[in-house]
Amino acid sequence: MHRIESGNTAAAMGVRLSRAQVIAAYPITPQTPLTEKLAEYIEAGDMQAEYIPVESEHSAMAVCIAAASAGARAFTATSANGLLYMHEQIHWAAGARLPVVMCVVNRGVGAPWTVWNDHQDSMSQRDTGWIQIYVNDHQQIIDTVIKAFCLAEETSIPVMVCYDGYLLSHTYMPFDMPDQDKADRFLKPFEPEYALDPKMPANLNTVTLPETRMNIHGIESPGYMEFRARLQEDFMGAIDSVARIETQFSRIFGRFCDPYVEKYRMEDADTVAVSIGSLSYQFRDVVDALRAGGSKVGCMGVRLYRPFPSRAVAEALGAARKVAVFEKALSYGYQGPLHTDILGALYASKDRPAVYGHILGLGGRKIRTPDLVDAMKKVLAKPVGSQVRDEPMEWIGLKL
Amino acid sequence: MHTKTNILNLPTDEFLHKGTRACAGCCLAIAYRIGLKALGENTILVVPPSCLTVLQGLYPIASTNVPCLNVTFASTAPAASGILAALRAQKKEGIQVAAWAGDGGTSDIGLQSLSGACERQDDFIFFCYDNEGYMNTGVQRSGTTPKGTLTANTPILGKMEEKKDLPAIMSAHGLSYMATASAAYPLDLYDKIMHAKRFSGVKYIHIHTPCPPGWGFDPSLGVHVGRLAVESGFFDLYEIENFQFRFTGASKKILEKRHLVPVQDYLGLQGRFKGMDPEAISQVQQRIDSKWERYFSISDRE
Repeated sequence: MHRIESGNTAAAMGVRLSRAQVIAAYPITPQTPLTEKLAEYIEAGDMQAEYIPVESEHSAMAVCIAAASAGARAFTATSANGLLYMHEQIHWAAGARLPVVMCVVNRGVGAPWTVWNDHQDSMSQRDTGWIQIYVNDHQQIIDTVIKAFCLAEETSIPVMVCYDGYLLSHTYMPFDMPDQDKADRFLKPFEPEYALDPKMPANLNTVTLPETRMNIHGIESPGYMEFRARLQEDFMGAIDSVARIETQFSRIFGRFCDPYVEKYRMEDADTVAVSIGSLSYQFRDVVDALRAGGSKVGCMGVRLYRPFPSRAVAEALGAARKVAVFEKALSYGYQGPLHTDILGALYASKDRPAVYGHILGLGGRKIRTPDLVDAMKKVLAKPVGSQVRDEPMEWIGLKL
Repeated sequence: MHTKTNILNLPTDEFLHKGTRACAGCCLAIAYRIGLKALGENTILVVPPSCLTVLQGLYPIASTNVPCLNVTFASTAPAASGILAALRAQKKEGIQVAAWAGDGGTSDIGLQSLSGACERQDDFIFFCYDNEGYMNTGVQRSGTTPKGTLTANTPILGKMEEKKDLPAIMSAHGLSYMATASAAYPLDLYDKIMHAKRFSGVKYIHIHTPCPPGWGFDPSLGVHVGRLAVESGFFDLYEIENFQFRFTGASKKILEKRHLVPVQDYLGLQGRFKGMDPEAISQVQQRIDSKWERYFSISDRE
C-alpha cells in the first residue's frame, strides 16, 4: 500500500511491521517523532510491545540490552548527544552480541548546540562493533528497519539504521508500506540461543581474563581476546549476510537495491563522487548536469558502512581515474572518515584513482547543488594521474 | 507484620556456591547468600560492577546458581526494567527480578536511573549493599561514606562531608515497600525480602555491609561491627510499608529500652576512623543522640 509519510513515521512503521517487543524511548530532536509514533501505535492497540519511557539514552540502551538478553526483540532510536550519552552501552550491546536495532536520526554534535543534520554522531560510533547502514529515502528507511532485525538476529550483532535528520526524518515522501503478511514471512520471531532463564542459570558478561581458562569440566574457554576475534570474524561474515538478506527480501517484496553501494551512471565514469545518505541522491542531479556538459562522471552512495564492503567499493571505483569524497563528518586532525576508508579500500588496486576529500554540510550548513557542480568541475580540472597524498581537503559552503 | 524466620526454619537451599572470590570475612557474602535464599530459584539478577561482580567469579566459572546479567555501572535499574519488559512481552510470569548494587552504584552513579525506574513503578527488588565506599576499586570515598572516614582519596583528613541518607531519598519516591537492613542481622534481612516480594513496583532494601579490609577490622568481627553500628544508633533498621514507618529489630529495641551503646565502641574497632580525634567522635555521638531524641519524642507522641 502506498503511503505519504515522514521518514520518522516510515521508520516507526518498519518497527511495527518487525513486531519489536520492547521499545525504549527518550526524546531528542530530530528522532522524537519516531518514538512518539510508536507510543501512539501501542496506546491505540495497533502494536503489541512494551514501551519503556526511560530517563536517559544511557538507560534506553540498558533496557534494550537487558530485554534482548531476556529474549525479546528490542528497539530504540536517538540522535546526536543522545547517541553519545549511550556510548558505553553501545559498546556493551555489541560485546554482549545482542541483536538490538537502533535508528540514528543523524544530527550534528554539540558544543555548540546544533539540531541540524550532519553525520558526526553516528560516525563517531563507527568502532563500537555495530553494523551501520545509511539510507537515502523513505522506502529505504522502512525496508531497512525490517532487514536490520533480520541481519542483527542472524549475526548476533546490533544494527544502526542511520538516516538524515530533517532532510529525511521530517520530509514527506511516498513509499510502499509492506504487508504485514510479507513482513512476517521475511522476518521470523526472535529465537536466541540463550535467554536469561531461571531454569538455565547463566552469568552473562562476567569478568573475563586476558588468557583462556578451563571451565569446571576441564574444557578450555575463551579469554577476552577470543571473544573479540569472534566478533570481528562474524562482523566480516556479515558482509555476505547483508547480500543474502537483500536477496531474500527482494524475493518476497519485489524490490532490490545494492546492499553495499548505490551506483548512478558509473558504467563509463572516469570521475566519481562518493558520499553517504541523502546527499548521494542530491549528487544524481550534479551528475546529470555534468553529463549534459559532456563529462564522464557518476556518483556512488555507500549504504553499508560497517562492516565496510571494501571489495565492492574497490570494484565500483577501480576503473575511475578520480574519486571525490563528500562527507558530513570529520576525524579531527586527519580527514573525513569515509575518505580514509575509501583510500584504504583502493590501496591494493592496480592503477588506483586519485582521491580528493571534501567536507560539507556540518551542523546543517545548506548544501547547494550548484556548489557541488563547481566542486566536481574543480576535480575534473585536475590533471589525471596525480596521486593525492597530502592535498588538503576542500571545504564546501564555508563562508568566513 | 511479617513472620519471623529463625535458624531452624531458614530454607536449606543454597544459590551461592562455596568458595566465592569474596575477601575473608566479607559481609556481602552473608547478605547475598541469605538474600538469594529469600529470592528463591525463580529469580533473575542484575549486577553492575562492584565487589559482587568479583564475588560471583571469573568467566567461565560463576558462584551464583541463578541467572545473572552483568551490566554497566549506571544502568542497573533500567536493566531490571528491560528484563521485566521482555518477560511481559513473552508472557513469562512468576519470575522475580532483583538488582544488587553497591553504595557507589546506587547512591552515586546509579541514582538517576534508579529514580527513573521507581517513578515508572517497575516491579523489581533493588538491593543496595552499603559498605560505605568504593571498596572494589580500592577503598575510595562514596556518597555514603561517613564523615571522618579515612579512604584512599581522603587519606589524611578523612571525608569532610556527612553520609548521604540514601534510604530517605528512596522513601521520597513513595515506594510500596522499602527497608533498611544489616548483613549482621541476616534473618531480619531474610524476613524483609520475603515481605518485599508481596508488593508491586520497585522495592528497595538498603543493607549496611561491614567490610573488613575497607573498614580496617579483623575478618572475624564483621557481624560484631555490624551489630554495634545498629546498637549505637549509627545505622538504623526500619521499614516503610505504604508510607507507614516502623523501626525493626535492634533499632526497635533501642526505641523500647531508650538505650544506645556509645558510638566510640563502634568507631574504635575500625581503622578507618583512626583519624578522628575525641572532639570529632563526640560530634558523631551528639549527632546520633539528637537524632534518637527526635525518634523518642515522635514515639512518645504516637
